[in-house]
Amino acid sequence: MKRLLRCAQAVDTLNRHIGRAMAWPILAAIAVSAGNAISRKFLGVSSNAWLEVQWHLFALSSLGCAGYVLLVNEHVRVDVWSSRWSSRTRAWVDIAGLLACALPMTLVVGVLSAELFGRRLASGEVYVNAGGLPVWPVVLAMPLSMALLALQCVAELVRRLAFLRGNVPAPELAEDDLPPWSLDDAHRAARPR
Amino acid sequence: MSAWLAAHLAPLMFVALALALVSGIPVVFGLAGCGLGFAWLAMQLDVMPPALINALPLRVFGILASELLLAIPFFTFMGMVLDRCGLAEEVLQSAGELLGGRRGGLALSVLAVGALLAATTGVVAASVISIGTVSLPVMLRQGYNPRVAAGVVAAAGGLTQIVPPSLSLIVLADQLGRGVGEMYTAALLPAALIIGAYAVVIASLVLWRPRWLPGTAGRGDAAAGSAPAADDANRSPQGSFAVMSLLALAGAAGAWVTSIPYPALMRALGRDFAPPGDERVIVAVGVAAFIVIGAAAADRRWAIGWLSPLMARALLACAPPLLLIFVVLGTIYVGLATPTESGAMGAVGALVLAWAKRRLTSGVLAGAALRTAKLSSFVIFILVGSTIFSHTFSAVDGNVWVEGLFAHLPGGAVGFLVVVTVLTFVLGMFLDFLEIAFILVPLLAPLAAKLGIDLVWFGVLLGINLQTSFLTPPFGYALFFLRSVAPHDAHTDPATGQRVPGVSTRDIYVGVVPFVVVQMLVMAAVIVWPGLIRLEGERVVLDEAATEIALERAIEAGALFTPERPRPDAALLLLQHLRESGALLLDPALPESGTQPGR
Repeated sequence: MKRLLRCAQAVDTLNRHIGRAMAWPILAAIAVSAGNAISRKFLGVSSNAWLEVQWHLFALSSLGCAGYVLLVNEHVRVDVWSSRWSSRTRAWVDIAGLLACALPMTLVVGVLSAELFGRRLASGEVYVNAGGLPVWPVVLAMPLSMALLALQCVAELVRRLAFLRGNVPAPELAEDDLPPWSLDDAHRAARPR
Repeated sequence: MSAWLAAHLAPLMFVALALALVSGIPVVFGLAGCGLGFAWLAMQLDVMPPALINALPLRVFGILASELLLAIPFFTFMGMVLDRCGLAEEVLQSAGELLGGRRGGLALSVLAVGALLAATTGVVAASVISIGTVSLPVMLRQGYNPRVAAGVVAAAGGLTQIVPPSLSLIVLADQLGRGVGEMYTAALLPAALIIGAYAVVIASLVLWRPRWLPGTAGRGDAAAGSAPAADDANRSPQGSFAVMSLLALAGAAGAWVTSIPYPALMRALGRDFAPPGDERVIVAVGVAAFIVIGAAAADRRWAIGWLSPLMARALLACAPPLLLIFVVLGTIYVGLATPTESGAMGAVGALVLAWAKRRLTSGVLAGAALRTAKLSSFVIFILVGSTIFSHTFSAVDGNVWVEGLFAHLPGGAVGFLVVVTVLTFVLGMFLDFLEIAFILVPLLAPLAAKLGIDLVWFGVLLGINLQTSFLTPPFGYALFFLRSVAPHDAHTDPATGQRVPGVSTRDIYVGVVPFVVVQMLVMAAVIVWPGLIRLEGERVVLDEAATEIALERAIEAGALFTPERPRPDAALLLLQHLRESGALLLDPALPESGTQPGR
């Protein structure tokens, strides 16, 4: 169990670093989109490549964050009933959900999109828009995102099991349980959830 | 057995989804798990061709390529920056100081701030939590009845659903396949109606039980001295006269600008029709806000003493965020920018505001960006899950099943609307907005379109409905979040050192009832007088080649009217085909020759 937990912590660290880095593509997307709007309105210039860059950045950010969002337990849940169960019951339900739903999803979508990436790479397909960018970075982001999510699912599975065996105090982590992000000084003082 | 199973896959899928959702596992996984599990089952039963599953990644990419969804992180970031750098809090405090002297004034200012700032965060949970943490202690400190305070906070937080630039309206527009600009325009009047009705509720509470909503001036000895600054402005007749005259002047100037110079300017820029009413209102408010900021800044800069220092401070605090939001909305309405572009400009504007206030730290920037990234990630992933689900659901003819359920309803369109209203209302007690928008709306939208219900109108009605549902005890979503930030027991207020009553769950349930009642009245009014949701005639141009293809497809689909087979929905079907084939280009910046009213 100890060794498994250490692997899970390594996955946590990986997803934490990647997830927090995904704040930057959002800022870049805002800058690019505002720049596009200004250049279209005031300079009368618009470039399809730059328009595509903004959604590439958005796609990169939201796909890259998937594992991290699972790590900090912020994927939306309907907890009207489950919030009244004991944390042990919830841990068992989570284990079932991870095994029956989450892992199959990451496997199927990951494999299918990896195949798609392979086909696109072989055909050298790019966008039809004039000045289009190569399509492969976004296509590659999908299987990578699914791989990160799958790793995090396994890590969460290990954490739930360790909790049921009494090895760790809590079945799930939240943002405040992680090492603070050095850039985000106010983060830990964020309002109560 | 397997024949029965094959015939009932769709209802079974729905049951499985319901079970997965209430088990409390993340919604994405529930949706995707049901979708994939039943896809496997359907393939075993030969109901679904195995090749169909290969189309899945392309559909998932379709989600990411939506330009509409790109507006979500931009508006969220704008709200997060305003929230994180303390601007939202400052607005609330200043508005409270301005209005807090009168009975019920504080409640009105919480409502105003809710309408102003909740709109940008767009997620009920976030706005109730942020308004609740900021304003609930202030109201309790001032001696407000806990029930009234809780009701006002929940109602103000719920405005997120319907007041543009609401995130919910963006998501609904995406799911209904309509323009965000259209949705915003259509939602404007109902939103104003709801805010007005809330204000009426507060005013009648003041008349009925004045002691429940004390002002700082007339509050007696309960908490004297906690906000002495507020009294000076409100007691001085000169101060309030100055503000009144400034506001009147600014309003008059705004009205003048929209009646003469503004239409002339737009004509000079090549627009051949008069600006519509809502556009005029937005321009007028923008101009008025500029004048107020200018006057307050000048007053402070040269110490004219026309306004009291408090007044000048309050105006300077409130006007810039107000202006920002009106500029963002204004550029969408006027057609200067797409919602995505104006969202990006709004995000930049929020950063500029924070920088001008010297509050733009790396913490604000990184924190807001990270929270935005997380929010867009979970929105996109619910959408991925619901795409997987609906992929299988339509493969097993689930749409036909849902259509069959609604086919035997009496009362046509009205019957459908009533059933849908009740259904969403009930579901809204258990599910958050995103689940309903992504699971239910795609099933209902085609049915509504078939009955000849305009989808924009339908979307706004759903928005109001969900807002009501989130407020309704005992399961209302907003109430749970309010519970999580409201103090349970009586406690000593850290700022003033006096005893403040707690807010019991019962207080929250009772306090919100008047707001739920007016909300239901507004909803009934909208169904009875559909004209309350104003639909805008689109400015469209037809692409000739694409039109031809679309017409052919529409004829194949039987959209065209023949005497033997009349179709009341022919126009809608045709429009839908035109949209799908890309023949219908929405382009506000078009030369006059190509423009024509759409409807």
